[in-house]
Amino acid sequence: MITLTDIERSAYKNVWVVAEVLAGNIEAVTHELLGAARELADARGSEVWAVVMGSGVTEQAGSLAAFGADRVVVVDDPQLTDFVDEVEAEVLVRLIEKHKPEILICGATTRGRALIPRVAVITNCGLTADCTGLAIDSDTGDLLQTRPAFGGNIMATIRCSNHRPQMATVRPRVMAAPDAQEGRQAEIITEPLNQNDTRQLKKILEVFHSDETAVNLADADVIVAGGRGVKGREGFDLLRQLAARLGGAVGASRAAVDAGWIPYAHQVGQTGQTVQTKVYIACGISGQIQHLVGMQSSDLIIAIDKDPDTPLMQMADVAVVGDLFEIVPELIRAIPKL
Amino acid sequence: MKIVVCIKQVPATNDAKIDPETKRIIREGLKAILNPFDTYALEEAIQLRDQFGGEVIALSMGPPKAEAVLREAISLGVDSAILLSDRAYGGSDTWATSYALSRAIDTIGGVDLVLCGKQAVDGDTAQVGPGIAAHLDWMQATYVMAVDEVQDAGMTVKRMHEDGYDVCEVPFPAVMTVVKGINTPRVPTLKGRLASLKIDIPVWKPADIGADVERLGLDGSPTRVVKTQPPPPRSSSTKRIEGSPEECANALLHELRLRSIV
Repeated sequence: MITLTDIERSAYKNVWVVAEVLAGNIEAVTHELLGAARELADARGSEVWAVVMGSGVTEQAGSLAAFGADRVVVVDDPQLTDFVDEVEAEVLVRLIEKHKPEILICGATTRGRALIPRVAVITNCGLTADCTGLAIDSDTGDLLQTRPAFGGNIMATIRCSNHRPQMATVRPRVMAAPDAQEGRQAEIITEPLNQNDTRQLKKILEVFHSDETAVNLADADVIVAGGRGVKGREGFDLLRQLAARLGGAVGASRAAVDAGWIPYAHQVGQTGQTVQTKVYIACGISGQIQHLVGMQSSDLIIAIDKDPDTPLMQMADVAVVGDLFEIVPELIRAIPKL
Repeated sequence: MKIVVCIKQVPATNDAKIDPETKRIIREGLKAILNPFDTYALEEAIQLRDQFGGEVIALSMGPPKAEAVLREAISLGVDSAILLSDRAYGGSDTWATSYALSRAIDTIGGVDLVLCGKQAVDGDTAQVGPGIAAHLDWMQATYVMAVDEVQDAGMTVKRMHEDGYDVCEVPFPAVMTVVKGINTPRVPTLKGRLASLKIDIPVWKPADIGADVERLGLDGSPTRVVKTQPPPPRSSSTKRIEGSPEECANALLHELRLRSIV
């Protein structure tokens, strides 16, 4: 393994946040990471840099500055319109070699989790996935990365002493976004796309953004989830109404997905998504272990079920014994309209 | 088409019990199973072979007992299997694991497509698939939810994202990781089970794959786990609400107000 000497390591400075841009807008996870990066940079006496790649993204630099970036590296090119892992990885590797960041963090989204592992291998760097905690070791100055494994049943703290940059992905909504400071300025560093960056260019034929915000489980403060007890597609319409009233997303157990009542993108659990939300409302979900590992890290778990003895009713913080088809409509009525 | 499917043996959570105090899964004494996501990668590989010809090779790295998941792959219809097992591989992080697997894929030779599950359910990193692609300098597609078209030169696939999907053309050779929705895995046939008992599964050591041992195992891993601990326990008490639908709804509303959701 190629390791760095102390002198080589000291050449690496600053904390980088790789921005996530969707449909021309900076995603919330980037703002959250800028907040985390600020604390790390302060502990290291260094700067926060944001890297933004895309088409027409130059105008986003101001928003990155407002959330705490001291410098913004902009790579703005029409060939970066869609997400091509290989091209963004080439660009990032080149920028890392040129500017030598000490720490690099990115959202643990489908895009971040495709891009950063590629970059980590090419640059001979360690990478920790899905971190829930980042801190600087006061003795060594190393980044201490804490992450859940085995469905959140164990927390591991990971360090990467001999390689730079130290890389981590962080799930959306784990870190708190700082308040935006309008008018805060950052130095803009414009970098071109090189010819070699696009040597592996796969063609993106179509991009489909769902209008249904209810599917974005990762970003939701509230998830209203349904299982076998929801009985069918119509039952999920009821859950959608509740989710919409609460500004939340709709989740589902594997049983409901396998029955064809709701698409797989909504599945929470071992073979679906792992969520960590403020409030998880489980309606008619018995709570197989495979479901529990996907949602047990939520702050407040509410279960609604006729059967008071299901595993989920036992583990929930609040267990409501009753018919979800009677209780959910009452709840929708009781919630004040915005 | 020559397809390699990378699979992993992981602890099973099926029989797990919840600790009544911490409300978390008791990990001790769990059986070892094939990573659930890998069953979709195996099924996709078998379907592609049956439709377009070629062969499917299952590849795993792990202790000698990981051979069990390779035999399971054979029982499903995979043509052959290879196990990477040696002390030198032990303690590998995702960098070193993807290096070892990439060396094995290079040694197999002539591979068009590598399929992996989107992640393993024990580590949950999703880093090994893209890591293999990077080591091989191949192109990649992650979170693949559908194969739309297969041509001689590559494949057109749908990649799942949080906010929808995209459709991309990926030239061969390529590495793809698949999600659950892509297919419905088959169950083993009797013939498959018999084949899985008979087949000889070669064990490849670092020298067999031309791997630099300094890039394997703990020494070859940039990351170090410095400590592990249980997560903060959940409160062990459950607040039970019973009554008329209206009373239940009002009690729930109160809980949501406490959390500033409403």
